[in-house]
Amino acid sequence: MQSLLEQVAAEQLWRFPGGVHPPTRKAELSKKPIASLPLPDKLYIPLRQHIGVAGHCLVQKGDHVMKGQPLTMADNSMSVPVHAPTSGLILAVTEHTSPHPSALPEPCIVLEPDGLDEWRERAPLHYSQCSTEQLLERIQQSGIAGMGGAGFPTHLKSAVQQQVELLIINGVECEPYISADDALMQEQADTIVQGIEILCHILEPKAVLIAIEDDKPAAISAMQSACHGRQPWFIRSVPTKYPSGGEKQLIQLLTGQEVPAGRRPIDIGMMMFNVGTSFAVAQAVLHDIPLVSRIVTVAGDTLQHPQNVLAPIGTPVSDLLHFCGFQPERPQRVIMGGPMMGFTLPDLSVPVIKTTNCILAPTQQELPAAGEEMDCIRCTACAEACPASLLPQQLLWFSKAKDTEKLDEYNLFDCIECGACAYVCPSEIPLVQYYRVAKAEIREQQREALKAEQAKARFEARQARLEAEKLERQRRNEQLAVERAAKQSANAPDAVAAALARVKSQQQQTPADLEAIKAERERKKQLARERQAEKTEAPANAASATDPRQAAIAAALARAKAKKQAAASDSEQVHPQQNQPEQTATKPAETAAASEASDPRQAAIAAALARAKAKKQAAASASDTGQTEQEQAKPAETEAEQATQTAAEPADTVKAEPAPDPRKAAIAAAIARAKAKKQAEATPASEKTGPEEAKPEQADAASASAAQTEATEQPSDPRKAAIAAAIARAKAKKLKETEPK
Amino acid sequence: MSFRIASSPHQHNQKTTSQLMLWVVIAALPAIAVQSYLFGYGVLVQLLLAIVTAWASEALVLMLRDKTILPRLKDHSALVTAVLLAVSIPAYAPWWLVVIGTAFAIIMVKQLYGGLGFNLFNPAMAAYVLLLIAFPVQMTQWLPPTALQQHALGPLDAVCAVMSQASCQGISLEQLRQGVDGMTMATPLDTARTDLMMGLTLPESYEKPLFQGGVGVGWFWLNLAWLAGGLLLLQQGVIQWRIPVSVLGSLALCSLIAWSVNPDTNFSPLFQLFSGASMLAAFFIATDPVSASTTARGRIYYGVLIGVLVFVIRSFGGYPDAFAFAVLLANMAVPLIDYYTRPRTYGHKAVKGRQ
Repeated sequence: MQSLLEQVAAEQLWRFPGGVHPPTRKAELSKKPIASLPLPDKLYIPLRQHIGVAGHCLVQKGDHVMKGQPLTMADNSMSVPVHAPTSGLILAVTEHTSPHPSALPEPCIVLEPDGLDEWRERAPLHYSQCSTEQLLERIQQSGIAGMGGAGFPTHLKSAVQQQVELLIINGVECEPYISADDALMQEQADTIVQGIEILCHILEPKAVLIAIEDDKPAAISAMQSACHGRQPWFIRSVPTKYPSGGEKQLIQLLTGQEVPAGRRPIDIGMMMFNVGTSFAVAQAVLHDIPLVSRIVTVAGDTLQHPQNVLAPIGTPVSDLLHFCGFQPERPQRVIMGGPMMGFTLPDLSVPVIKTTNCILAPTQQELPAAGEEMDCIRCTACAEACPASLLPQQLLWFSKAKDTEKLDEYNLFDCIECGACAYVCPSEIPLVQYYRVAKAEIREQQREALKAEQAKARFEARQARLEAEKLERQRRNEQLAVERAAKQSANAPDAVAAALARVKSQQQQTPADLEAIKAERERKKQLARERQAEKTEAPANAASATDPRQAAIAAALARAKAKKQAAASDSEQVHPQQNQPEQTATKPAETAAASEASDPRQAAIAAALARAKAKKQAAASASDTGQTEQEQAKPAETEAEQATQTAAEPADTVKAEPAPDPRKAAIAAAIARAKAKKQAEATPASEKTGPEEAKPEQADAASASAAQTEATEQPSDPRKAAIAAAIARAKAKKLKETEPK
Repeated sequence: MSFRIASSPHQHNQKTTSQLMLWVVIAALPAIAVQSYLFGYGVLVQLLLAIVTAWASEALVLMLRDKTILPRLKDHSALVTAVLLAVSIPAYAPWWLVVIGTAFAIIMVKQLYGGLGFNLFNPAMAAYVLLLIAFPVQMTQWLPPTALQQHALGPLDAVCAVMSQASCQGISLEQLRQGVDGMTMATPLDTARTDLMMGLTLPESYEKPLFQGGVGVGWFWLNLAWLAGGLLLLQQGVIQWRIPVSVLGSLALCSLIAWSVNPDTNFSPLFQLFSGASMLAAFFIATDPVSASTTARGRIYYGVLIGVLVFVIRSFGGYPDAFAFAVLLANMAVPLIDYYTRPRTYGHKAVKGRQ
C-alpha cells in the first residue's frame, strides 16, 4: 500500500464523478499579453471585498491618500483592510452598487486618482527571517483574501495548528473564458513560486502540488521552469473538465480523498491556495505591495479586443469594457465571473474587487439566453453531471414542494452551485436557482427556529424565576408571620388593652349616633303625617301661617334655576349633587342642593320628583292631567291645569312645612311657570336638555323643602343623600340615552 | 441601456428535451423502414393514425388544463409515444385499435398524471397492455412477413386493410394471414410457444417456414434495425447504456441458463434477443426517462428486473410478448429502487436516512 505522497509522486490521478465539458473559449485570450488599464477617472472601492466583516473606515471625504495606503483598518481577525489602488483624493464614502448578485448598495470609498500614482513608504520583508506571526500579520494587513472566487481571508486560512501534508496550488481555472490565472502563470511564474515558498515557510507542508488544466500548456511549462529543482514539488496537469477547479473536486482529483461533509480540507491534512493568492502573498511580503490590483479576463464577442487586463481594484466595469472595445447589443448581458457561476450586472458602474476574475459581455448568439423552462423529464442528465453525486432532479422536486426534510436527506447543502446540472438540463430548468432559493429558505427557517428556541428558553427562564420569587416571598411571609406571632405573644397584654380601648371608644360614640337616628325617625314620622294631611286636605284650606322668608327663598331658588337652565349646557349640571356638599356649595343653585343633602328622605322624594319630571318632559306631550305631581315645566299645559298643578306641587315640595301657605305656593307656581316658559324658549330642543333640567328642578324642590328644615340638621346623613342623588343622576342619564330614539 | 439579468449558469449545452425526443423518432426510422418493407405498409398507416390521435389528445387535454399547447406539443413526447405504440401493434390491426390506444396513452396514462415528467407508467406500454387485454384477438393478428404472404399488399391496400380489415380487392385479413403454405401464421414467438405446448420441441418448430436459422424470418432483421437505432441513441447521448445493457444482458443470461439446461424446450439467447420487441423495448421503451429509475445503480436493477420478467413471462406466461408487462411492473418498482439506490454524496460516508 503506497502512501498518498508516494502515489502523488507517481503521478497518479483520480477522478471525480460528473462534470461537464463546455467549450472553453480560452485559446485566443491566453496567448495575449496582460494589458494594463489606464487609470480610471474614479475608483469605487467597497469596504468589504472578502468573506468576513468590513474593516473600520479610516478616511473621509477630502482626504488625500497615497497608493497602497490602507483605507480601512482590520480591527479583528475576520477582517482584512482595503487599500488605495493609486494616489488621489477621496471624493466620498458612500453607498454604491455592490459586485454581488443582489446588486444591493454597499459602503464604498470613491477615489479620484491624481494621476501621480505615488506610493506610500514600503517595508519589504525577508520572509526567511520572519516569524509566522509576522508573515500572517503582513498578509492580513495587505488585504489578501482568496483570489479564486470565494474571498476567504488568507491569513485566517493559513493560521492552522494541524500539520499540512499537502499544499495544493490551484491553477486549474476550469471555467470557460477565464484565463486570468493562466496569464498570470505565464507572465509571473517566478513570483508565484516565491509566494508558494512563503506559504511553505508558514505551513511547512510535506509536499507541494501545483495543478493546472491540460489546456494551458504555456502556463504548465512556465511553472515547470520556475519550480525547477524544488523538492518535493509536483506540477500536475489535470484533464480539462468543469468543475475540476472546485476545491473539493480538485482534492478528489489529485488525491482520491474527499473532504468530509461539513469539514475543511485541513481536516484531511490539505490546504489549497489559488495561484493568484500566492502571487499576492509574494507581492505583499517581498515588496510590501498590498492587494490593489488584479488580472481580470475581459471577454465576449461584443468586445473588439478581448484580453486579460491588469485593473486596479475599484475600476468600474464600464472602464474595462470600453478599454476592450465594447459594442453592446440590446439587451446586453454583462456577467461578472464566468459563464457557469458568474452573475449578471444591473449596471456597469459596479467595480472590480479582489475576487473578480472575469467580465463577460457575450452576444446573444454566443451564449443564448435560457429558453423557456419545461417540465423535468427525469432524464437525470443533471445527476450524471453533478460532481457531488447529488440527485438534482429529486432536489428540484423537493425544492418545489418545499420539503425541507427531504432536501436535507438528499444533501442539498452539499451542492456547490457549480451549475453543471443546469448546463445539461434539456428542459432548461434553472436548477441552481431553485437550490439557492431553497437553501435561503431553509437558512431562514433555521434562524426562525433558533429564535423560537431562544424565546422559549427565555420564557421558561422567566417562569422559573417568577416561581422562585413566589416561593421566596411565601417563605419570607411565613417567616415574618412566625416572627410576628412570637412578638405578639410577647406583648399580649398591650394588645388586649388596645382592643379594649377601641371597643370603649366605639361605645362612647354610639349614644350620640343613636340620638341622631332617633331625631331622624321623629322627623320622618312627622313628614309622613304631613303628607297624609296634604292628601286629604285641599290646597285651598291649608293653614294660614305664612312664611315670607321661605317663599322668598323658593323664589330665589327658582330664579337661579331658570338662569341655569337658560345657560342650557354645563356638565356641572349633570352632577349637581356631589357626594361632598362642600364642593357644590360655591354655585348658587347648588347651595340649595347642598342643604338638600341634609335630609335623606327629602332628598329621595326630590329625586323621585325630578325623575317624574324628566320622564314627562321626554314624553313631551299628551301628559296625564289628573296627576297631582304634574310638573311645572310643561309648556303644553293649559293655564288652569297648571294653576291647579302648580298649586299642588309646591304644596308637595314644601311638605316639610306643617302648614303650607297657598299664597306662597301660588307665587312659587307663577315663578315656576315663567321659568318653564323661558326654558321652552331658550331650549328648542327641549328633549335633549330634559335630563339636565331634571336636576335643577329636583334641586329646587329639594331646596324648597330643605329651606325650612334648619341648617342645624344638615350633617344628619350625607351618605344617604349622596346615594339618592346618584340614583337620580343615573336615571337622568338613562333617560338621555333613550331619548334620541 | 438595459441589461439582461439571469441566474447562473449562463451557458447551456443546447440539448433540449425536444431534440432528445426527436432523436428517438429519428433513431426509430430505420426500424420503421424495415418493418414496412418486411411486414407491409400497414405500419405507416398505423403511425399516421397514432400521431394524429396523439397530437389531438395532447392538445385537447392541454387546452382543458389551461396550458400552453404549442410549446408542449413541440417537446415531441407525444410523437414518441405515438410512434412506439404504432410499431408495437399488428400492422393491419383495425384503425380504432390504435386510436383508442393512443388516446388512452396520452390522456389517461400521461396527462391525467400531470403531463410530461409526471407519469408513473410508460404511456405506450400501458396502452399496449390495455389493448392486449381488451382486444386480444385484434392485438395478436400479426401478418406473416411479406416474403411469406400469399397476397402482396400495396400502400393503398394497407390503408384499406386498416380501415376496413380487407384489401382494396376485398381480400379479407383472415385470408391475408395465411402463409404461402396455406397455414395461418402468428409471430415466431407465438408459434414457437404454441408448438411447445402442443408437444413439439423447438428444433421441430424451427422447421416451419416462419423460422430461418433459429430465428424468426423478418423479425431478426427488424430487431437488428431497432438495435442500430438504439446504438445511435447511445452514441448521441440520448440514452445511457445501463438500461439496455442490463435488460438484454439479464434476458440473455436467463435464457442461456435455461437453454443450456434444455435446448429443446427453452428459447436460445439469440432467439430471445432477436424476437418480438426485445431490441425495441431495450433501447426505446425501457429507457423512457420519465418512468424509468433515475439513479445509476437503480437503472441496472430496473433493467435486470425487466429482463428477468420478460424471460419468465415468455417462458411461463400466456401472452405472446412480455415486454409491456415487464416494463409496467418495473415502473411500479421505480420509487422503491430509486430510494434504495441513491448515490453517496461527496464527503458523506453513507446515504442519509438508510442505515
